[in-house]
Amino acid sequence: MNFDWITQFPDTFKLNINDSIDQFVNNLNRNFEGFFDIIKNIVLSFLNAIGFVVNLIPWWLFVIIIFVLGWKSSKKIHKGIIYAAFLLLIGILGLWELMYLTLIIVIASVLISLLFGLPIGILVSSNKKAFAIVRPVLDAMQTMPSFVYLIPAVMFFGLGKVPAVIATIIYAIPPVIRLTSHAINQVDKEMVEAGQSFGSTRLQLLTKIKLPQALSTIMTGVNQTMMMAVSMVVTCSMIGASGLGEEVLIGINRLEIGRGFTAGISIVIIAVIMDRLTQGWFNKEKLAKGEGA
Amino acid sequence: MENILEVKNITKIFGFNTGNAVKMLKSGSDKNQIFKKLGVTVGADNVSFDVQKGEIFVLIGLSGSGKSTLIRCLNMLYRPTSGKVLFNGKDVCKFDKKELRKFRRNNISMVFQHFGLISNRTVMGNVIYGLEVKGVEKQIREAKAKEMISMVGLDGWENYSISSLSGGMRQRVGIARALANNPDVLLMDEPFSALDPIVRRDMQFELLKIQKLVQKTIVFITHDINEAFKLGDRVAIMKDGKVIQVGSPEDILENPADSYVEEFVKDIDKTKILCARHVMVVPSAFVKPGDGPHVALKEMKANGVSSVYVVGGNMRLIGLLTLDGAMRARNGEVSMEEAIIKEIPITELDVTLQDLLPVAAEAKYPIAVTNEQGQLIGIVTKASVLSSLAG
Repeated sequence: MNFDWITQFPDTFKLNINDSIDQFVNNLNRNFEGFFDIIKNIVLSFLNAIGFVVNLIPWWLFVIIIFVLGWKSSKKIHKGIIYAAFLLLIGILGLWELMYLTLIIVIASVLISLLFGLPIGILVSSNKKAFAIVRPVLDAMQTMPSFVYLIPAVMFFGLGKVPAVIATIIYAIPPVIRLTSHAINQVDKEMVEAGQSFGSTRLQLLTKIKLPQALSTIMTGVNQTMMMAVSMVVTCSMIGASGLGEEVLIGINRLEIGRGFTAGISIVIIAVIMDRLTQGWFNKEKLAKGEGA
Repeated sequence: MENILEVKNITKIFGFNTGNAVKMLKSGSDKNQIFKKLGVTVGADNVSFDVQKGEIFVLIGLSGSGKSTLIRCLNMLYRPTSGKVLFNGKDVCKFDKKELRKFRRNNISMVFQHFGLISNRTVMGNVIYGLEVKGVEKQIREAKAKEMISMVGLDGWENYSISSLSGGMRQRVGIARALANNPDVLLMDEPFSALDPIVRRDMQFELLKIQKLVQKTIVFITHDINEAFKLGDRVAIMKDGKVIQVGSPEDILENPADSYVEEFVKDIDKTKILCARHVMVVPSAFVKPGDGPHVALKEMKANGVSSVYVVGGNMRLIGLLTLDGAMRARNGEVSMEEAIIKEIPITELDVTLQDLLPVAAEAKYPIAVTNEQGQLIGIVTKASVLSSLAG
């Protein structure tokens, strides 16, 4: 008798499904080519539209906008000056055009994430079945290493900006869904009961009580989604998304430390400015609601 | 009186497996046994009561006795597992979505323990809420809301945020909001429990004042027996999801249904509830003005008392004859007429003990209870006051 199965996982139980997954993805690619083409075209035209708008803004106007937003959102003029100075630094480092390319991808990813994430979050908050389906999917999206879905994204959408946007969305959409649904469920029970007891319809309850109450937590989710979208920039450069991430990648590949470092710093600056602007804005919301800082 | 709400055999069970829980309830198991066996909570267990139009009906019980569950069954925030809630004869449980919305918008509204105010809206924004979801025009709803805000005494606070108000003021907003819809029934779920004692007393007074103005039917929940007896026209006492006794505060004090109720009302300040009619005894000895001192003395001796009331025709009270007075009249020191003390403490049936106590403390003689015609109905002695408070 052979007792190897006690110490080693028995070969007879092993099942190789890697090939079948390859097969499945290949089939998907072949049979749904038209479908993926449609998505690709939609995303591409969306990217172009955003690119068009962003490119309309000359560098000095952009700096001024950041200055004003920084000032108004925090009510402190020195913050506006600091943000504007950091933004100028990116230009000084010679990375202004690349920053625009990166921004276009980030903005498109964030907007699409919110477009789907907010309604899904709202749906999940009120529907237990939807929650049971969405939750494991979100868990998988957040823990799956991004390289794993980078390859199918390339297979379906080719190299370039579109798969970068898709991969970024997969990576960045979970926080906005989670926090939206969490925020709505956290709304004070009596407040919701009060709304119901006055005969609100479901829509009235959502728009007049739940969403305004949940807003600051939802904004935290939006903020998280933005940050995660920015952090995908370097990963996405591996599938041909040009911009600051590509510079980092080239810097690493060619051991040009300086090139990688300046691009890396620029990414950090973008992230910090986006974070502070959104946080400043929803802290103001909170203050207006009287919850204190 | 006509019943505006009739609650018939309401049972509410939270959780799954409600079918088995209902069976267990029917076979006589109680709330705790069912929770242990099935893990479901029985909120209300076969509860029935009626609420009359225009009264304040108080549901009282300890926390966990199911009173909050029950009140939420009245406007279907919780759907009863079985039973009926009739509003003017129509079964609220059978309403479809649209009818239920209409019912909530026009007929019933609610005030919450922790106020349930919408914190991102101002005082005005909260008070108009009910009218807003109903689709009332902006100008009309704001005028109506302003009227309500002024009725609860918050003039000038319309545009303040909720966070800038004190607890008492917040609950005033809650009451104004509930009344703005001009509902027939007002549900109040422990509205004053979150307030400190002094503010609570003010709010109870305020509620009675408002009630005089608006004449609504109020279903009020509390765990404070003093509050219940102060506000309630009728009170229902709950325990473990069941209503044990329904009645006026005096009824419950006089005839507690069981030892639990007795224990419950033990802490009540009885002097505010009990009246002369509850503590008086029927006078055992009285004489007519025509009777001589001998008759009076004999009466006293027979009854073992030291004084007798003198009553005229038709039991009209004339005065009191003491043992001392009767002796002096017998000895011829004074006339019978002079021996009768005219200035004796008199009270009426509905005077509360609170007002009666100082009189009883001062009085040398028992207090006579008379009706509007001046007829002697009973007497209140110091002993009877004390024994009613002790019992």
